[in-house]
Amino acid sequence: MNYIEHIGKYFIMLKQVFKKPQKWSVFKEMLFREIEDLGLKSLGIIVFISFFVGGVVAIQTALNVDNPFIPKYTIGFATKRSMILEFAPTFMSIILAGKVGSYISSSIGTMRVTEQIDALEVMGINSLNYLVLPKIIAALFFYPLLILLAMFLGIFGGYYAGILTGLFYSEDYIYGIQLDFNPYFIRYALIKTLIFAFVIATIPAYHGYYVKGGSLEVGRASTQAVVWTSVVIILLNYFLTQMLLG
Amino acid sequence: MIEVKNLYKEFDGIQVLKGVSATFEKGKTNMIIGQSGSGKTVFLKCLLGLHTPEKGIISFDGRNYADLKTKQHRQLRQEMGMVFQGGALYDSLTVEENIMFPLKMFADKTFDEMLDRVNTVLKRVNLENVNAKFPAELSGGMQKRVSIARAIVMNPKYLFCDEPNSGLDPITATVIDNLIQEITKEYQMITVINSHDMNSVMEIGEKIIFLKDGVKAWEGSNKEIFKTENQAIVDFVYSSNLFKKVRQVYLNESK
Repeated sequence: MNYIEHIGKYFIMLKQVFKKPQKWSVFKEMLFREIEDLGLKSLGIIVFISFFVGGVVAIQTALNVDNPFIPKYTIGFATKRSMILEFAPTFMSIILAGKVGSYISSSIGTMRVTEQIDALEVMGINSLNYLVLPKIIAALFFYPLLILLAMFLGIFGGYYAGILTGLFYSEDYIYGIQLDFNPYFIRYALIKTLIFAFVIATIPAYHGYYVKGGSLEVGRASTQAVVWTSVVIILLNYFLTQMLLG
Repeated sequence: MIEVKNLYKEFDGIQVLKGVSATFEKGKTNMIIGQSGSGKTVFLKCLLGLHTPEKGIISFDGRNYADLKTKQHRQLRQEMGMVFQGGALYDSLTVEENIMFPLKMFADKTFDEMLDRVNTVLKRVNLENVNAKFPAELSGGMQKRVSIARAIVMNPKYLFCDEPNSGLDPITATVIDNLIQEITKEYQMITVINSHDMNSVMEIGEKIIFLKDGVKAWEGSNKEIFKTENQAIVDFVYSSNLFKKVRQVYLNESK
């Protein structure tokens, strides 16, 4: 199948996904389950990675800013900008594409090969709407919160790295993160996050839903899902940056 | 009654069903038999609406499937129950939640009423005290029973079973066969079973359709299968020495 056919099939899938849920109470139940599976269970890895990434960015900036004419508060400023503009929304989304994308693709793919999706269809249930819509809503609702948390923890990680290494003073770092604060950058990051969240929920769902074969194919679909989700995030990141900041 | 007329279905240029016609009546266990690759699963999936045939008519009590709109399709599907080969139970749900699922989706009942119905069907398939268990904690036979319970929980008019006793030991397989037959009579459903298990065919096959290479090669009952001279079905059913001997004994006795 060529790429154009896949893209067409993906949009046809979305048309089925965005139908009115057949029973709101069941939808609500699924939504809470997905918030837990896709959101809350990703909290740990986001906390861990963002804290250390922030620390590394601060240390590397400190090591590279050895010119006495460049003020030390640049470290805090650079860490804040890097975390808000790129590391939190894009880097964390790539991490989530790996963790959540493979989960979505393999869980839906397994349901496909074990005929659980057929069982839903036979009952008269719109399986795409039932399985994918709660995932999209959960991701759109929860990922911005995760990314905001990642921004905060990244900046905090940088601060803590300064205390541990002694490469810069806390006062300089705090002054740096307060300097030239632009709320639009947060908005830009959240817009990106919402779009990436949609991509993370739908591309793996597409790969899982249309899988054919057995467990080997589910594994392959899962790998493909992560690769394609990451590729689409990177491409969208480029265009969105150009559109929103250019 | 389910009526199928002149059904054709192909995949990637390979013709799997070649003009199959059949009728399935109420209160009877109808069986579709045939070798692997004969098209019986595709035929069943066409009946269920999971595959769209290229040509042919499938009508459920006078309702032509192809003429129905999406909403009517979904309504018709709510009148169907299906027992899948592997059970197709939802791994993340308990037995109780699995069986309650169609009720939650389509029935306007309180939780207690739904629970009552779940317990009734569980009792009907001879399962008790398994409500809180997950499918992975059950044996193959128990999973099949739960699958049957889920299939009948909405009081369906049509029950479809895809190899309901595959992977089961002979005793459990007979129990499942008899259960399906009893339920069919009790609920007056139209039951269509897809099988290549000859014990099942002999046990409960009130109407048998034999598919060979996508064509209906024979039609009859489990009584007639002993007397038939149709070479295709004789080769298929009596491929084992045991069944050859059984047939010989039957023919000798009936002389």
